Amino acid sequence: MIELDSVSHSYGGSELLGGLALRLPPGSFHFLTGPSGAGKTTFLRLCYAELAPTAGRVRIFGKDVRAMSRDDVAHTRRRIGVVHQDCQFLDHLSVAENVALPLSVAGRNAADHAGDLADLLGWVGLDTRAEALPPELSGGERQRAALARAVIMGPELILADEPTGNVDWEMSLRILHLLIELNRMGKAIVIATHDLNLIRAAKANVSARVLRIKDRRVQLAGADL
Amino acid sequence: MPALRPDRSDRVVPPAGMPVRLTQLTSAAMAFLAVFALALSLAAGRLADRWSDALARTATVRISAPQGQMTTQTEAVLDVLRTTPGVASARALSADEQRALLEPWFGPDLPVDRLPLPRLVELVEGPEGLDAEALRLRLAGEAPGAVLDDHTRWRRPLVAAADRLRLFGWVALGLIGAAVASMITLAANAALAANARVIEVLRLVGARDVFIARAFVRRFTRRALEGAAGGTALGMLAMALMPETGEAGGFLTGLGFRGWHWLWPLAVPPLAALVAFAATRAAALRMLRGLT
Ligand SMILES: Nc1ncnc2c1ncn2[C@@H]1O[C@H](COP(=O)(O)OP(=O)(O)O)[C@@H](O)[C@H]1O
Ligand SMILES: [Mg+2]
Repeated sequence: MIELDSVSHSYGGSELLGGLALRLPPGSFHFLTGPSGAGKTTFLRLCYAELAPTAGRVRIFGKDVRAMSRDDVAHTRRRIGVVHQDCQFLDHLSVAENVALPLSVAGRNAADHAGDLADLLGWVGLDTRAEALPPELSGGERQRAALARAVIMGPELILADEPTGNVDWEMSLRILHLLIELNRMGKAIVIATHDLNLIRAAKANVSARVLRIKDRRVQLAGADL
Repeated sequence: MPALRPDRSDRVVPPAGMPVRLTQLTSAAMAFLAVFALALSLAAGRLADRWSDALARTATVRISAPQGQMTTQTEAVLDVLRTTPGVASARALSADEQRALLEPWFGPDLPVDRLPLPRLVELVEGPEGLDAEALRLRLAGEAPGAVLDDHTRWRRPLVAAADRLRLFGWVALGLIGAAVASMITLAANAALAANARVIEVLRLVGARDVFIARAFVRRFTRRALEGAAGGTALGMLAMALMPETGEAGGFLTGLGFRGWHWLWPLAVPPLAALVAFAATRAAALRMLRGLT
């Protein structure tokens, strides 16, 4: 679904990531770990075409990122659900409208999906907060709203960047279980996190592979967690 | 669920800010000015047409001769004119007509027949045109006291001035359009910058550039249309309420719309909307191309 072929990336200065060769197959479950500043967010950005690699080739759904037009990028993002590290919303729209935003920008009539939207908000436990504005949400509620927005289009792949960054342990587990449920429904999942406890908690429920960023490379970590 | 209705897609941008409101105000002011520039152009055009039409095909021959030769010279002039190509008709003004011409200056009791006044012969040019120089030479030979006064000498600069005035009117309209376009481009850029975060979010959830641009374009186009409609209405009202001064007002009262010319200012609001549409769209797409 996503293939990286000797990919390097640098933000102008020295190389941040180099020699990445990796593929994310459908239905897989990956953790991406590494210390803060290692390049986890950068890696995910390469995967949803927000960044083009400075060297090598990234292919998303079989298409080379460098050959994509801006509209291709937009269409690709409708097939990938992203939970951003700093989940941003449109603060003047309600939670429900924000969750439905991907439908609106794709030109779908959100009214046709009203049932899906209600189910989804119930699933992430935000049905009572549907009319709230994003600034009124707690950290955990924001993360769950971001997750709901990421899955409303029925994506094949979900990329979650520190989805448990600002929440307590109980909420972290709740979010983790939502992601595991999505994986059971056949969706490929990538979770970037520096929280090893979260990875251990997941291992009991799902066969996840752990990618670790070390020395600018993404390596498959052993069972030594 | 109160999710976004498709017809309200411009809701993705927060409610109107300063740039949009200033666009409305400026559009109103510019539309008001445009109505006057339009009135100026149309009035100048009418003036130029009237002067060139009314004066184009008449000329006068003035005969100054001693009392005894006046009749013979007048006959000679009429003879020459009858055989000159380009002269459709010619006739000598009667004493009464001459008195009427002079009355505004000298009063009704002027003894025209006892004063050594020149005789006037009025001629009307035919469609083939008159060769004034050839006629002057012939008149000099046949009637030494006759002088051809073909009006073009003083008519031409007046017509040229009116034409120039009309041109100024159109240039002013063009400048108003350019000013509106620049102002809306600046306002659109300000709105885009103020909503950079919104645009980023939209882009991340898969919005195409045209979708994002449309949210801004709709808003600016609607406000420019509303503003320009208001400004145009006020401008037309002002023109309609121009004090009437009758014929004596001349050019001043000529400044206005006549008959179907009243339809012209109605084109101002749609044109303002068109300018706003193009300017906002160009600004938005240019800005979006700079993002990932
Ligand atoms: N847009 C950017 N421009 C320049 N440097 C950046 C940019 N984004 C991230 N970086 C740098 O790249 C490094 C990796 O960042 P990031 O991918 O966010 O790491 P992580 O998500 O693992 O914490 C950091 O040192 C960060 O400062
Ligand atoms: Mg990060």
